[in-house]
Amino acid sequence: METTIAGKQVKLNEQGYLTDLNEWNRDVAAALAAEEGVELGEEHWPVLEYLQSQHKQEVPLTIRNVGKSGIVDIKGFYALFPGGPLKKASRIAGIPKPASCI
Amino acid sequence: METQELEQNAVKVEPAKVKKMMLILSKATIDNVYACFILANGARMEGIEAEIFFTFFGLEAVQKKKIDHLHVATVGNPAMHIPTLLGGLPGMESFATNMMKKEMEKLDIPPVGEFIEILEASGAKLWACKLAMDMFHLKREDLVDEIADIITVGDFYEKASGENTHLLFI
Repeated sequence: METTIAGKQVKLNEQGYLTDLNEWNRDVAAALAAEEGVELGEEHWPVLEYLQSQHKQEVPLTIRNVGKSGIVDIKGFYALFPGGPLKKASRIAGIPKPASCI
Repeated sequence: METQELEQNAVKVEPAKVKKMMLILSKATIDNVYACFILANGARMEGIEAEIFFTFFGLEAVQKKKIDHLHVATVGNPAMHIPTLLGGLPGMESFATNMMKKEMEKLDIPPVGEFIEILEASGAKLWACKLAMDMFHLKREDLVDEIADIITVGDFYEKASGENTHLLFI
């Protein structure tokens, strides 16, 4: 589905995730975050960048490996993205929804 | 005719989402413990509240001394696909458990102790059953720090109040 987010033409899948990370920028992220009820601050960006780098390296994302990243601990991750941190943060980061159970 | 009118007038209601999972863990075989923890953690990952009530043998999963020594059952477990007599040989449980743990590590599933830390950090609440504690002569200090409190069944049901709460016995 093609749509415009923060003035940029982007493609989303049926769950609202960007299908092309190249269409991502910080304004798009902020708009997606607002939809998820998250206001992005200084602490969010390193986490989003970490998720993107893991995705580019094709590492499957889990709460556990985010907790071990050294960027944020698990408690902090839940606090930054309340109500489902991994799926929300992934959507805001412009990467696919993780198919992880842990 | 009336039914048709009713159907036409019906407002589409969104299905109610699960809000809270109340899990009761009564067993200490490692497969049951992981099933419980993965359900609780999976709930938190979806923004669903999760609480676990550890009762009877489930208490082994939160005892400091037992936590690293949980086993899969090799006897009385047809899914193991080994003859019962063989399953009863010394060392079989440890062997099968180690095999299982290796497979789980590959999938980034944490050991039991670390999993409990993850659950606590995710906001899941962990409770120990008072009656079972008394029965096994256990004290608070025998349990891991992540246990929020020792409570009765009545207390647990109290915590289950609210719409769209689900209880699950493992």
